[in-house]
Amino acid sequence: MKIRIGAGILVFFALMALAGPLLISADPAATSDAGLQGPSGAHWLGTTQTGQDILTQIVYGSRVSLGVGVLSAVIATAFAIAVGLVGGYFGGAVDEVLSVLTNIFLVLPALPLIIVLAGYLPQRGVASVAVVIAVTGWAWGARVLRAQTLSVRRRDFVEAARASGEGPIRVIFFEILPVLLPVIATSFLATVVGAILAEAGLSFLGLADLSTVSWGSMLYFAQNGQALLIGAWWWFVPPGLCIALIGTGLALVNFGLDEIANPRLRTIKVRKARA
Amino acid sequence: MRFLARRLGFYLLTAWAAVTLNFLIPRLMPGDPVDLLVARLKGNVDPAAVEAMKKAFGISDAGLWTQYVDYLGNLFRGELGRSITFFPTEVSTVIADSLPWTIGLVGVATLISYVVGTSLGVLMAWKRGTWLDGVLPAATFLHAVPYFWVALVLVFVFGSTLQWFPGSRAYGLEVTPGVTGDFLASVAYHATLPAVTIVVASMADRILGMRNVMVTTLGEDYVVMAEAKGLTSRRVMWAYAARNAILPNITSFALSLGFVVGGSVLTEIVFSYPGIGSMLLKGVENEDFPLMQGIFLVISLAVLVANLLADLAYVLLDPRTRQ
Repeated sequence: MKIRIGAGILVFFALMALAGPLLISADPAATSDAGLQGPSGAHWLGTTQTGQDILTQIVYGSRVSLGVGVLSAVIATAFAIAVGLVGGYFGGAVDEVLSVLTNIFLVLPALPLIIVLAGYLPQRGVASVAVVIAVTGWAWGARVLRAQTLSVRRRDFVEAARASGEGPIRVIFFEILPVLLPVIATSFLATVVGAILAEAGLSFLGLADLSTVSWGSMLYFAQNGQALLIGAWWWFVPPGLCIALIGTGLALVNFGLDEIANPRLRTIKVRKARA
Repeated sequence: MRFLARRLGFYLLTAWAAVTLNFLIPRLMPGDPVDLLVARLKGNVDPAAVEAMKKAFGISDAGLWTQYVDYLGNLFRGELGRSITFFPTEVSTVIADSLPWTIGLVGVATLISYVVGTSLGVLMAWKRGTWLDGVLPAATFLHAVPYFWVALVLVFVFGSTLQWFPGSRAYGLEVTPGVTGDFLASVAYHATLPAVTIVVASMADRILGMRNVMVTTLGEDYVVMAEAKGLTSRRVMWAYAARNAILPNITSFALSLGFVVGGSVLTEIVFSYPGIGSMLLKGVENEDFPLMQGIFLVISLAVLVANLLADLAYVLLDPRTRQ
């Protein structure tokens, strides 16, 4: 049930990002004279101070927000797989070094590090922002994957593969990796949530590319345009709600997967004992 | 004690890593900070000033190793350089002025969030299958809500619309700082919305985390045994189940601290709270690299100290670590 609701939310936003701009073919940055209007028939979600249509911005912004989130999570997960599986498989000194590296990045506060890194970026394009977020977002996945690799590496099929002369790279990526796919999937989804939040935070601070419309940059302009004082709730509520909803969707899918693994977590209706 | 010694070693290593990262980032990033500054000033700087700035940043033609040793030496003497935004104030002074605000705000808010969130998690696991399950979807939603958006909504509703609480600054213009009742009341009044933001945004993780561990603990034999002995359900819930479930919860809490601190940075910025988060943004906006780096270092060290405290709590609660 949780997975279905979560997946429904995700499909909705994925469609919005992929097909939305085709349906609403307008320039999200285009200004008009109709500034700061509340939701109406002409502008379903109202307009910004400069008369930009908020619905159009939300739809186009979803591409950037989701795009950066997914791109960054792909990079981070690839790195997490490499570090986690290699460390877990080889053990010994290699594992010690990689574990310490992972734990260091787990403890260091991510957002301040992202802000500092972004501060040094000469150009803050979509790709460089995604990389900066990935730098801080891989450690959790690596830790989980290392733990799982430790439990898998002594299993018979791995021993058999090793005995039949397969090299370590092949054992890691063709024997162990496929078994860990469900774990990789959940850690990927969690990383996407973190990356979307980080991108939104960075854009909100005005430290990402402000010339592209994203949910975070919408919030940046809403705050700087005094939307709070004017009472233009339609300007800042939708982008934040979208971020929170997509995060909820991803979390629901993840929790659903957890419950399949650990049935005790399920919310069951406890039948009352008959008196 | 071996446990604590190991952890202490790890934190020292992490502190060293943070220091080294701080040293390496400006040197690995394309272009050096001084060149960036000169470019921003469109070349209207005389070469002597550029030299002086390079010296202030510790960027020289000397080898990377010599620079690193100089950098470490300066750090040990507590020298973080001078801030460009607040020239000629020392970065350490800027940090010393803003840090108490952040520690007060984030400390209190995190404590409230931890106590309330954990207790709610315990209750929700205990009363599984009742109306309390309705909190779950709400917690899942709050778990994904950006801190700064919660802050914006709170400012909008309670600040500008209802005007119950101030939406910016740390104390009113009418009071003078000092240990007076008026001043402290004003500080508490101004800290309400930022603190509520941090509590609301960070509590969901504690609820969900505690509930999940607690639910697993409730299936353990010693809980069934306690119930079979006829102990009161309150005693079973807190003294048997929650007491054991709290251990993994402390670990996950320590790991989430970095995230809470990051969220607090954003929260401070929304409320123009004069803490370290607002200073960090000022530093980044003005390309004030010494300030940025100093603040990153202080935040990292603060998170490490908080982690160490969480470990101490762990040792107090879990006799197995004291062997």
